[in-house]
Amino acid sequence: MSLIEVKGLTKSYGDVHAVRGVDLSIEKGEIFSILGPNGAGKTTTVEILEGFRSRDSGSVSVLGFDPNTRGHQSREWRNRIGIVLQSSSDAGDLTVVETIKHFSGYYSNPRDVEEVIHSVGLKEKENALIRNLSGGQRRRLDVALGIIGNPELIFLDEPTTGFDPEARRAFWSLIKQLRSDGATILLTTHYLDEAEALADRVAVINKGLIVEISTPAELGGRATSQATVQWRDGDRIKSEKSDNPTALVASLASSFNGEVPELIVSRPSLEDIYLEMIGGVDE
Amino acid sequence: MNKIPSALQLGIRRGGLEIRQFARQRESVVFTLLFPVILLAIFGSVFKDTIAPGVTFSQYFVAGMIASGLVNTGFQALAITIPMERDFGALKRLRGTPMPASSYFIGKAILIFASMVIQILLLLGFGVAFFGLNMPTDSTKWLTFAWLVLLGSACSTALGIAFSIVPKSGRGASAVVSPIVIILQFFSGVFFVFTQLPTWMQQVAAIFPLKWLTQGMRSVFLPESFASQEVAKSWELQTTFIVLVVWLIIGVFFSVRKFKWDRD
Repeated sequence: MSLIEVKGLTKSYGDVHAVRGVDLSIEKGEIFSILGPNGAGKTTTVEILEGFRSRDSGSVSVLGFDPNTRGHQSREWRNRIGIVLQSSSDAGDLTVVETIKHFSGYYSNPRDVEEVIHSVGLKEKENALIRNLSGGQRRRLDVALGIIGNPELIFLDEPTTGFDPEARRAFWSLIKQLRSDGATILLTTHYLDEAEALADRVAVINKGLIVEISTPAELGGRATSQATVQWRDGDRIKSEKSDNPTALVASLASSFNGEVPELIVSRPSLEDIYLEMIGGVDE
Repeated sequence: MNKIPSALQLGIRRGGLEIRQFARQRESVVFTLLFPVILLAIFGSVFKDTIAPGVTFSQYFVAGMIASGLVNTGFQALAITIPMERDFGALKRLRGTPMPASSYFIGKAILIFASMVIQILLLLGFGVAFFGLNMPTDSTKWLTFAWLVLLGSACSTALGIAFSIVPKSGRGASAVVSPIVIILQFFSGVFFVFTQLPTWMQQVAAIFPLKWLTQGMRSVFLPESFASQEVAKSWELQTTFIVLVVWLIIGVFFSVRKFKWDRD
């Protein structure tokens, strides 16, 4: 049994068919990323998995529970998951440490408060009022509150929006750390480099349907697609698409008699593939 | 594996957190706690006459101020601040944790009760010191006072949480809620002697809890002889109790069934 199992999920808002039959299965211990443009059904799908929304049809199992379950079972279930929502902006009259400590009291086996503050890099801000934090620091607080309960499954919704590059790298290693501690992570993001750096598998969703589920390296036939070889020939930049880039580089090397000037060999980026995929789904 | 803390345990912890948060918002602390005192100062200075032998307007007004303090501090404050918390995403975040809704409600009830106690102490202290307020000496009156404050703040909290589903956004909440409260105060005999109001106003007011709370508070702060001047020629404490309990049940029912954690 997978950690998350979704079959034939649909959800409409009036005439708008937000989700039109999504199947997903996410395994324990993986970082799974859902990609898709705004309005693709990404948020609706995730919010159904988080128990925030009801579904119209289909079956959903998260940690063996239907997220629609209410009452005490639902508390037991929420005790095992952590949710980092897109944005929250409390009035912020509490300090970082007060807030995290309070939230830790909601769970049966919370992580150590100091350790969590340290891991999200808020150590020097722990006694600051939330209202005085920068956007990125607030985001890190959101993450801290999402992981304080020591969850088996973590939902991360656009976690690094507003981060500077350094903070993003630090955050990525935090996520990898959480995974090696045994957590399963469901990540939705707009940043394809983020999905590429973190995700074991990605699902591309568009117009309420899953277009493809694959590893970032193989998505859209990326691993086997033609490579582009680019080099400088005199005062001109030349490039050539090839199925056999190694042979092409070898022949270039012999014709240049050694070093090929400004040589670049590249395959389509995840972004190229992704844009092609979401553009290519018909109405 | 430890157990998840009980709803009551978490509710008490939330109460502590709510009080701490509230105490740090200086403007609202001053406004909430001192507003009744300021009103008493104004009305007490303007109306110096007695409305019955031995009953000053201030004496009458304190009863109304405590009763409407219950409505302002509970119903009005919650029906405005909860939609704001919802806009901020704070409620949705709570929804994603194992904290049950009942703990959130208990926390609010504790906050409202605590600020009511402080507000009442300030108002009574100020009234005794500057406006010759007479405190009840009879222990039954204090007992009545205690259950009125307790039941009144519970009722006001529950209705405030229930009404928080009405305003669409935090920004518009005040415009929806405040007029209701102000009209209710005029109708319920907070600012005027209730029996001098037109009959239809009295009848409308009798549907809502504020009129009953105000009347109950009069039974505590006015001499026993004044009961004969009430509409029913008595304090009607039993009816008051029943009306408050009914509204409490209505409030709890809608809070539990209809509470909105998210904006859409």
